[in-house]
Amino acid sequence: MVVDQTLEKVKDIIEAVKKEQSLEEGDILINCLHKVQDVYQNFVPSEAAEIVAESLNVPLSKVYEVLTFYTMFSTKTRGTFIIRVCNSLPCHVTGGAKIIETLFEELKVGFGGTTEDGLFTLEKTGCLGLCGVGPVIMINDQFYGNLTPERVVEIIAGYRKKGRAGT
Amino acid sequence: MNTGEKTSIPNEVVAPQVEARAATNTILLCAGGACISSGEESCLTSLRATLEKYALQDVVKVVETGCMGMCDAGPLMILYPEGVFYQKLKPSDMELIVSEHLLKGRIVESKLFENPNTKVKITSAYDDHPFFTKQVKIATRNMGIIDPMSIEEYIAHDGYFSLQKVLQEMTPEQVIDTIKRSGLRGRGGAGFPTGLKWELARKVPGNEKYVLCNADEGDPGAFMDRSILEGDPHSVLEAMVIAGYAIGAQKGYIYIRAEYPLAIERLNEGIKQAKAYGLFGENIMGSGFSFDLEIRMGAGAFVCGEETALIESVEGKRGQPRVKPPFPAQKGVWNKPTLNNNVETYANIPTIILKGPEWFASIGTEKSKGTKVFCLAGKIKNTGLVEVPIGITLREIVYDIGGGIPNNKAFKAVQTGGPSGGCIPAQYLDMPIDYESLKTIGTMMGSGGMVFMDEDTCMVDVAKFFLEFSVDESCGKCTPCREGNRVMHEILERITSGEGEEGDIEKLETLGQSIIDSSLCGLGQSSPQPVLSTIRYFRDEYEAHIKEKRCPAKVCRPLIRYQIDESKCVGCTACAKVCPVSAISGEIKKPHTIDPEICTRCGSCIGVCRFGAISRVTPA
Repeated sequence: MVVDQTLEKVKDIIEAVKKEQSLEEGDILINCLHKVQDVYQNFVPSEAAEIVAESLNVPLSKVYEVLTFYTMFSTKTRGTFIIRVCNSLPCHVTGGAKIIETLFEELKVGFGGTTEDGLFTLEKTGCLGLCGVGPVIMINDQFYGNLTPERVVEIIAGYRKKGRAGT
Repeated sequence: MNTGEKTSIPNEVVAPQVEARAATNTILLCAGGACISSGEESCLTSLRATLEKYALQDVVKVVETGCMGMCDAGPLMILYPEGVFYQKLKPSDMELIVSEHLLKGRIVESKLFENPNTKVKITSAYDDHPFFTKQVKIATRNMGIIDPMSIEEYIAHDGYFSLQKVLQEMTPEQVIDTIKRSGLRGRGGAGFPTGLKWELARKVPGNEKYVLCNADEGDPGAFMDRSILEGDPHSVLEAMVIAGYAIGAQKGYIYIRAEYPLAIERLNEGIKQAKAYGLFGENIMGSGFSFDLEIRMGAGAFVCGEETALIESVEGKRGQPRVKPPFPAQKGVWNKPTLNNNVETYANIPTIILKGPEWFASIGTEKSKGTKVFCLAGKIKNTGLVEVPIGITLREIVYDIGGGIPNNKAFKAVQTGGPSGGCIPAQYLDMPIDYESLKTIGTMMGSGGMVFMDEDTCMVDVAKFFLEFSVDESCGKCTPCREGNRVMHEILERITSGEGEEGDIEKLETLGQSIIDSSLCGLGQSSPQPVLSTIRYFRDEYEAHIKEKRCPAKVCRPLIRYQIDESKCVGCTACAKVCPVSAISGEIKKPHTIDPEICTRCGSCIGVCRFGAISRVTPA
């Protein structure tokens, strides 16, 4: 079964991280969760979390403690593209509110929401460190600066195209 | 390319590097985060293709460097041997640059900087542009000059020579003494003397110690750590090995935000290269000293920038602060003695070792030595990264380096120290920027983010915005921070929607003070600062919101109204077309009107009116 295969993969990931990080045994939970999350397209399902707990020999409650604390982890499915909107002052004073409004209108979801087609999840983030070119958003690992509402519409359209081509 | 007098970049810092470049035909392209986001990659592709078209790919070297600093003008490029600076590049400009500049030796005037004061085009911006000439680069010495992915280039610019000097000629005590005498203070915020910190970590008994680097940069408006790690990762790596030697640690961690994937990639590459050269790992340079280093990623939590929360997160746990004491120097990672410094602090170390503490201490003020990297963001012409001697005045930063406030607006305030700091109003423009002076006016140096605000910024809105950040990012451990900030936010929400009551300001002040007094960590203790600081300097704005239901900066939507000046409106219908809620009506070629009941105050109309007929008024 497909599910079993991915679960096997989770075990492999954890073994790989264990090898990669030689300093201590106990501290690899966050790195493991990052990698596991990548496999499941931006979230960590409960089955995978159980395997992580088992393989690292930590209680499942500890895995969830960490999963739910950090904003970049999710226990629910998210879109193919995670749009992180910088919600910091430098982006705010250079017109960030307009960008957020445009994203709301364009995607028809609020913060934390995923679009109906499953392509986009909209999230808030702290400063992305590109304050020189605010307002800024991050889509998966790509950054976009000096945004205007028109540019946002353009970028989203580009990703829609990419997303449809991929499916 | 030398045009006579250089003002303040010391020649010995820049000259040898520039000369090394001058020998070859080299194109430096800024690959800092900001330039990448404005299209550096497509410029590079186009440049490579154009060089091939003219069969120049083997005679012209193209180097992607770290951040050159002037983010607003990106993507940026420097061409050597001449040292010509081009800005705001587009892929289509490459043809002109290659065919005109490289082949015919003619400078492409349209892509040059213009001196904002004299309106003269500048060919060599490092020598002639006030943004660069006022800077003194120590922590950012290699940024925009070397290829961050090449350890060879780092070594060619004096890299790892400090490590060699330390391992071969100095005892750990001498290293610590050097750092102490340099007067270097922590660049992450509080400004604790670095040498003293190292000494404390050395004196704690134990064979197992850790060196930590705090790269969890999260202060809104601060991006120097990101830029240093992306632009010159080896400077931090080298310093961490030196720190390990000084305090007697064999292991180190760099804790970095997962939001900085490029920095993580370059650090990993740097570690790999340094290991290959034997600069990391067992028996470094035959000294018998061994040191290993790994990267730990965050996962999106601002509080992890607080050192004890960071240590929890390094250990793979929720990032919640610990009670101090014991301090990390006694019980840090895995309860072992731990030395924790910030990225910029480390980046200063190699130069201090090489040039000596006296040299470093000759820069800066009496109590604050050396330079500080500041990030200029918000309403300022030249946004970006600058490194200046501590003690420079705010006016020099705003008007000389920053180029002033855009659109001829007035400077209103600058926020420093992020959500833990406060604002500096215009009356302090001539105050020197150093740790002590900033503290006396109710803000702090912080990590060096400066967010500029002009007359169109509402300070109550800014305070609300910062508080929203603190509410979002509170880890939840202490009730005063978790609940208190929420209540303060509710009060501000009321004030900005026109429902403020008499006594609200006093409530904010009392509540803010109790949060400061009763929170555990530095973040909680400083979270009300932006509110208290804006009340201190802009109390009249708060009062206008509460008593007159008026937003003087015309920002808070419930307190403003849009109106059309009949004498200016020509009835072009542009505004009516753009209005998303159809609040604007009127016949073609006749003055239009806005229905305030329907209008959502989105401001779309004001942007499209070419006749200046629409204005905001307050009170609504």
